[in-house]
Amino acid sequence: MSDASPSIAVCPACVAFPVEKAMPVRAATTDAVRRVELSLPTIHCAACISGVESGLARLPEVQGARVNLTQKRVSITIADSPGIEQHLIDLLTSWGYPARELDSRALDQSRVDKTGRDLLARLAVAGFAAMNVMLLSVAVWAGAEAATRDMMHWLSAVIALPTVAFSGVPFFRNAWTALRVGRLNMDVPISLALILASGVSLAETIEGGQHAYFDAALSLTFFLLIGRYLDHRTRAVARSAAAELAALEVQRATRVAPDGKREVVPMDAVRNGDLLAVAAGERLPADGVVQDGRSELDPSMLTGETMPQLVQVGDRVHAGMLNLSGPLTLRVENVGEETVLKQIARLVETAESTRNRYTSLADKAAKIYAPLVHLLSAAAFLFWGVYSGDWRLATNIAAAVLIITCPCALGLAVPAVLTAASGRLFRNGVLLKEGVALERLAQIDTVVFDKTGTLTSGQPRLLNTADIAREHLVLAASLAQGSHHPLAKAIAKAAGDLALPSISDVTEHPGLGTVANYNGQEVKLGRASWCGGSDLDQTATWLKIGDADPIAFIFEDSLRPEAPAVIRTLQAAGLPVHLLSGDTEAPVRALAARLGIESWTAAASPAEKVAFLNALANKGRKVLMVGDGLNDAAALAAAHVSASPASAVDASRTSADFILTSNDLRQIPISWHLAKSARKRILENFSIAAIYNMIAIPVALTGLATPLLAALAMSGSSISVSLNALRLGARK
Amino acid sequence: MTILTLLIPVSLGLGGLGLVAFFWSLKHNQFDDPEGQANRILSDRFDTTPNE
Repeated sequence: MSDASPSIAVCPACVAFPVEKAMPVRAATTDAVRRVELSLPTIHCAACISGVESGLARLPEVQGARVNLTQKRVSITIADSPGIEQHLIDLLTSWGYPARELDSRALDQSRVDKTGRDLLARLAVAGFAAMNVMLLSVAVWAGAEAATRDMMHWLSAVIALPTVAFSGVPFFRNAWTALRVGRLNMDVPISLALILASGVSLAETIEGGQHAYFDAALSLTFFLLIGRYLDHRTRAVARSAAAELAALEVQRATRVAPDGKREVVPMDAVRNGDLLAVAAGERLPADGVVQDGRSELDPSMLTGETMPQLVQVGDRVHAGMLNLSGPLTLRVENVGEETVLKQIARLVETAESTRNRYTSLADKAAKIYAPLVHLLSAAAFLFWGVYSGDWRLATNIAAAVLIITCPCALGLAVPAVLTAASGRLFRNGVLLKEGVALERLAQIDTVVFDKTGTLTSGQPRLLNTADIAREHLVLAASLAQGSHHPLAKAIAKAAGDLALPSISDVTEHPGLGTVANYNGQEVKLGRASWCGGSDLDQTATWLKIGDADPIAFIFEDSLRPEAPAVIRTLQAAGLPVHLLSGDTEAPVRALAARLGIESWTAAASPAEKVAFLNALANKGRKVLMVGDGLNDAAALAAAHVSASPASAVDASRTSADFILTSNDLRQIPISWHLAKSARKRILENFSIAAIYNMIAIPVALTGLATPLLAALAMSGSSISVSLNALRLGARK
Repeated sequence: MTILTLLIPVSLGLGGLGLVAFFWSLKHNQFDDPEGQANRILSDRFDTTPNE
């Protein structure tokens, strides 16, 4: 523990009355105070909490800091000053807690979970009332008679009626919304059962009758609210995590003012015609025209191509490309419909609107179930009314049918499974955006992978080491040594620990390469045109020594280490795998051959990717698309279900249903198996609920149902369904 | 049976007390960071600013 306060064994009083110590007197600040929220993905223990909090408390400008370990965030109240976030991030990172900034706008919605609290309050009231009324009912079941029974019924009524009115509101509201537009949903029979059960029981109580269903009405509310709350929580967790991912990319740009001064501004503030400075290693924040500088750009996020492009003054460049070698100044030109980002956004929109609507299992069940229950109940009412002429008895039986068939277990069947499954996915480092996606994942029969950044890591690797003489390799490595260019780094890595020859007068020409003096000869390492090499169809750099012929260094994008095993696993499980890339033919063919993928497509534009997926869908295939680039965003939206690594661009993560926060492809087959067992579990749960109903409905229809039977059937089915769902979460 | 007139209100009252306590804790953000609370108790430091 980094905190220096004495331990309880040394000084109990210090621990009991530490308030003065823990609250250092602060200079009264008149500056604006604001709240900064930072994500701390690695905090996990009590020492982390006190380390972060006490460390921050020592800073004079910090007024308060509070760690939330559940959300892995820290909320800091601090005197406002420009660049304060970056300062805090650097500080926390230097303490060993890598921090990331969160966008407070995106987070405001996820912070205060009002609906969740509201549901929890209603759940607590329903639980309290259900326990008490159940206890009172035990007396009636045990055989209380006459005045005692009436008293118990009246007591139950006093507790139950206000509770149903308060706790049942979510169901009543949903049912009313559905009925108003002339539709039936699961909440209609629920509401009807609640109202009818309360009404009939009240009438029975007034008449001094035998059967009151207050306990059933309450336990029904209680169990259903549990399902509702679980459902809500799964969604809220996914939503807040998704908001966090979106917020992680707080977009900033360095604007160059007319007087040459540079300032960092948020992207919203950038206007057409602004000049932006982009350092080497940064991503271009906007479309524009190069005003100054020369560099190479890596377009792989945008198009899937891995070959760097040379750009000079006057060239058009696009947002999302990575600046590799030299500083650039560009004039923002975001006008017109022709910017690449807008074209992709349009494609995503079209793809989303044409994606065929998937009906969730819960909706399918409700569609069969709701009309059936209403018909049965109405039939029982009419039959008994006409047959016996006793309409009070008929109402009683109709109410009993509704209560007993009430979809307690059905209401728990799906949310309980999805909660267990998404909890397990989350622990595995997979973020599920919505529960229904899990059901869709269980159905897939084809997998389509993007290449660049998905199967490969985006880091180049020297391919033809064997063809290069050792002296040339070490010479190239010593030229590459100081450069941040990814290809140069790959050469340096390939040379490893070999002794490097000494060179002098090293000069880097941004966008072209590096030149130096070696034993009186000029040596150059760089682009083909600059070194006199010929253009190849693969990413290459050239080494030219004096007047000799240049030597080619050919690169490939290095494969993610787990990719071959993942592809083999999927193929062995009977899923055909396609490779769909925007890159040129040679690298795609090479990679497909290496991974044993027979079907591949190269040089696919974003629109062609969508067309490819639609063609598969028209053949009745259910496709899982895995991709990360901007050029995959539309394809991800068009697929039956889609996944993105966390390293993907914003647009792709928004379109994807699953996000692999651990960037580990092995989670794809694991999640698929989990999805299949979740789907199986849901269907099992439906069967369990159906079996209970098949036994209970005939009993209710014949008028033999008692409140005790209703209570047993309801609790029994709910508990077995929940336990069945929990099996999914517990198994390792 | 007259004991019921005493026992039932008492049991309801106790249950109600629990319910009130739950509402109080819900209102005071005690369910916002369950994992954090579980860990904070291990620290010697007195928590001067519990969830606002």
